[in-house]
Amino acid sequence: MQDVAIVGVGCTPVGEPWDKSLREIAVDSTWNALDDAGTDEVDGLIVGNMSSGNFIDQESLGSLIADYGGLGNISAFKVEGACGSAGAAFKAGVMAVASGYHDVVCVTGVEKMTDVVGNSATKILANACDREYEAIHGVTFVGLNAMIMKRYMHDHKVTREQISTFPVNSHKNGVKNPNAMFRREISLDTVLNSPMVADPLTVMDCAPICDGAASVILTTRERAREFTDTPVIIKGCSVKVDTIGVHDRATVTSMAATKAAAKDAFAQAKMEPKDIQTAELHDAFSIMGVIGLEDLGFVPAGKGAKFAADGEIAIGGKLPCCTMGGLKARGHPVGATGVYQIVELAKNIRGDGVIDVENGIAQNIGGTGSTVSVAILGRDD
Amino acid sequence: MKTIKDVGIVGYGAYVPMYRIKNSDIARVWGNDPVRVPVKEKSVPGPDEDACTIACEAAKNSLLRAGIDPHSLGAVWVGTESKPYAVKPTATIVAEVIGATPAINAADWEFACKAGTEALQGAFGYVGSGMAPYALAIGVDTAQGQPADALEYTAAAGGAGFIVGPAEESLAHYEGSYSFVTDTPDFWRRQHEHYPKHASRFTGTPAYFYHVTNATRRMCDELGKEPNDYDYVIFHQPNTKFPMAAAKMLGVDKEKVIPGLISPYIGNTYAGSSLVGLAAVFDVASPGESVLCVSYGSGAGSDVFSFTVTEKITEVRDKAPNLKSYVGRRLEIDYATYARYRGKIRM
Amino acid sequence: MPSSVPRHWRENIKRYRLLGTKCASCGTIHYPRRTVCPSCKARELEEYQFKGSGKIYSYTIIRSPPEGYEFCKPYAAALIELEEGEIVTAQLTDCNFDDLEIGMPVESVIRRMFAYGESGIIVYGYKFRPILPRM
Repeated sequence: MQDVAIVGVGCTPVGEPWDKSLREIAVDSTWNALDDAGTDEVDGLIVGNMSSGNFIDQESLGSLIADYGGLGNISAFKVEGACGSAGAAFKAGVMAVASGYHDVVCVTGVEKMTDVVGNSATKILANACDREYEAIHGVTFVGLNAMIMKRYMHDHKVTREQISTFPVNSHKNGVKNPNAMFRREISLDTVLNSPMVADPLTVMDCAPICDGAASVILTTRERAREFTDTPVIIKGCSVKVDTIGVHDRATVTSMAATKAAAKDAFAQAKMEPKDIQTAELHDAFSIMGVIGLEDLGFVPAGKGAKFAADGEIAIGGKLPCCTMGGLKARGHPVGATGVYQIVELAKNIRGDGVIDVENGIAQNIGGTGSTVSVAILGRDD
Repeated sequence: MKTIKDVGIVGYGAYVPMYRIKNSDIARVWGNDPVRVPVKEKSVPGPDEDACTIACEAAKNSLLRAGIDPHSLGAVWVGTESKPYAVKPTATIVAEVIGATPAINAADWEFACKAGTEALQGAFGYVGSGMAPYALAIGVDTAQGQPADALEYTAAAGGAGFIVGPAEESLAHYEGSYSFVTDTPDFWRRQHEHYPKHASRFTGTPAYFYHVTNATRRMCDELGKEPNDYDYVIFHQPNTKFPMAAAKMLGVDKEKVIPGLISPYIGNTYAGSSLVGLAAVFDVASPGESVLCVSYGSGAGSDVFSFTVTEKITEVRDKAPNLKSYVGRRLEIDYATYARYRGKIRM
Repeated sequence: MPSSVPRHWRENIKRYRLLGTKCASCGTIHYPRRTVCPSCKARELEEYQFKGSGKIYSYTIIRSPPEGYEFCKPYAAALIELEEGEIVTAQLTDCNFDDLEIGMPVESVIRRMFAYGESGIIVYGYKFRPILPRM
C-alpha cells in the first residue's frame, strides 16, 4: 500500500446555478482541480453522487462527466452512500491509488438538486433512510434528525439554545468563503425563531437544498511533488456503516458508524483526537454537529453542545469547526459535500485556506448515520 | 325468518372517529338558524381515516370480545356506501388486517344505510345454515353530505361489527329477523358523483316510516311479540326525530329507545347507524333483556332483528372499548378544517 | 404518480399486523422482519407477532412533508418503543401535539398512510395513537 496525497483541489460555488446543468458544474469542478494540480490527465474518475436518477433522471455519471470533461476512455464510475456519497467516493479514490490500480485519480462529488420543483426534493432526500420502514410513514429526513435531537435533549438535559450555536458558527465562517451559498452572519435568535420544519429543528438548523460540485486530484505521495509543492497527505481514511433505520440503532443519540470510522482513521494516522487542529463536521442539522464532536472523540457524550456554546468550535477556539461555513452556510449539495469538506480541509492545511493548521479531520454522514466516512489529512512532513 | 342452527352474536365492536363539528357551525356557514338543527354535533373522520380503517377497528374490537381465532371466521362482510375504492373490496383489507385470510369469504355490501344489517342478515344465514362456524358483519360509513344540503348536518362517520356464531357462545341470542324491501327511490348517489341526492320530505312517510314500521310489525307478528315487549329498541337514526316518531307509531316507550339513540351526539353514521346503536345497547344491557334492532336503507328497505342478551355479556363487555369511550373522545373542529378533511375543497 | 403495486402488496401484511421475525437460534426479535439475524448471523428466522402497544421513545412534528403526505400536514411522527422492546418508526394520529411527551403510552391502529393520487392505490398501515381513555 502506498501513501496517498492530494495534489489538486477545485469546486464550484454552492448555490442555485439555474443556468448550469449537473454535467457543467461537475466538469467545471473537475477542471478546477486539474488546473490546480497542473495536469490535464487522470487515469481514473470516481464520482460521488446521491441521487441524480431522481433529481435529474440521469444515471451513468462516470461516463457523462468523463465524456463532457474530455477525459477520454478512462476508468470512471459512481459511488453512492446517500449524503455520504462523496466521502465514500473519496475513500474509493484513495484505495485506487494506494493499491496501485491507478496513478492519478480525480474524485468529483456532484449534486444538482434544484431542477426538481415543490416538495419532491424532500421525498428524494428521504431515500437516504429506510424507504419501506421510515420514509413510507411520511417521516422526512429532517424529521428523523429532529427525533434524534429530541431524544438527545431528553437524555442529556441539553437545550435547543446550546445545540443551535452550530449554525451561528457556520454562518460566521461562511462569510469569508467565496464558494459558500450563505455569506452572512445570523444570530442565535434568528435560528430559534425561524419557522419550524420538524420540531425542534427550525429552517435555520437545517442545511439548504442547493447545487454544487467539488473535486480532488489524488496520486501517490511519491509522485505528489511532480504536481505541487504543497501536497496534503491522507493520514487516515475510513468508511463504516450502521443500521439503515434509526429505530434499529443500539443508541439513537450517537452514531456507531462515526465511532467505528474514527477509530479506524485515528489508528491509521497513529493520532488521537487531541492531536487534531480543525474539524469539518457534517452539520446538515445542528444536532449532527454536536453528536459529531462526541462520536469523533473530542468531547464526552452529552458535552458537545456545551463545547460549541462555549465558543470552542469558533475559529480561535480549541477546535475550529466548519471553517468555511460547513454544510449549513457553504451549503449541502448532498452527494458532493464530502469532497467539499476535503477541499476546504486541504486548503487550510496547505496554506490557502482560512486558518493555519497542520492537520484536520473531516466527517461525512450518509443517511442518519448509516454510512459515515472519516478522513484525517495532514502536511507532508 | 329463522336459522336452521341456533345462533347468536358472539362478539361486537364499534368505532367512532374523534373529530366533531357542531351543527350550529354548519348552520352559521350556510346562513341557517343555528338553533333549529337536527343533531347537536356529528363525527368527522380524520384525514387518514376512511370506511376501511373504521371497519378495521370495529373488527378488531369485535374479535377482542369474541375471543376466537380470526381464521375460524367464514366471512368478513363490510356494508358501506363509502367504499374507499369503487372497485376493489374493502373486506379483503379488513380480513388481512385481522389475520383471517385466505380461507374466507369477503365482500362489500351496498344497500344505502342498511348495507350493514344486510351483511348481518347474511351472516346469520351463513352461520345458521352451517356453512361457517363464525361470520363477521360490519356496517360502516364516512357519509358524504353535500355542502349546504340538509343532510350535511347529520352525515357522519362510524361503524360497528358483529360476529355471528353458535348460540351457546352468544352474548346475544338470535331469535329471528325480517327483511322488507320495495323500489322506493328516496335517496341515491349516481356513479361518479361525490354526493348523494334525496327526495326531501318524500324520505319520510313512504320511505323510512313505511319500511321501518312494516318490517317491525311483521317480524313481531312472526315471533308473537309486540314491539313494546322489548327492553331496548334501536331504530335507524338519520336524526333524533325519525326514530322517536317511529317508536311512537309502533307504541314503543321512549325510554327504550334512548340507550341506543346515538345520532344526537355523533350524527348519522349511515350503514353504521342502527348497528352503532346496537353496540351501545350491548354496552349496557343485562342478561335476560331483549333487544329489537331495526335498520333502514334508502332505495328502500328495512332489516329487523330480535335478540335476548345472555350471561356472556358481562364476561366480554370490557374486553374492548365501549361506545362511550369513542363518543367521549372528541376534538371539535371548525367548518374550514372539516371541509379540508372531507375533501370538500376541490383544487 | 403511478401506483407501485407489488412493492406495497408484499409489505402490506407485515404493515397491517406488525409482523416481524424471531431468530430461531438466539431468540432476538426484529421489526422490520429480517432474513439474517443481525445479532448472531443465523438465517433461520420465524415469524413473530408484535402486540402493537408501546411508548413514545422520541417524536417530532412534520411541518414540511414529502410529496404525497400533504393531506394530513402537520402530523406527528415518532420512534415507538414497543412493549417487546423493539423500536419502530411510525406516525402518531388522533393526538394533540401539546400532550405528546417521551414515555407516553400509545397503541397501534390501521390508517391510510398515503394514496397514489385520486386514481391510484391507497396504502394502509400502522400508526400509533395515545391509548384510548376508557369510560
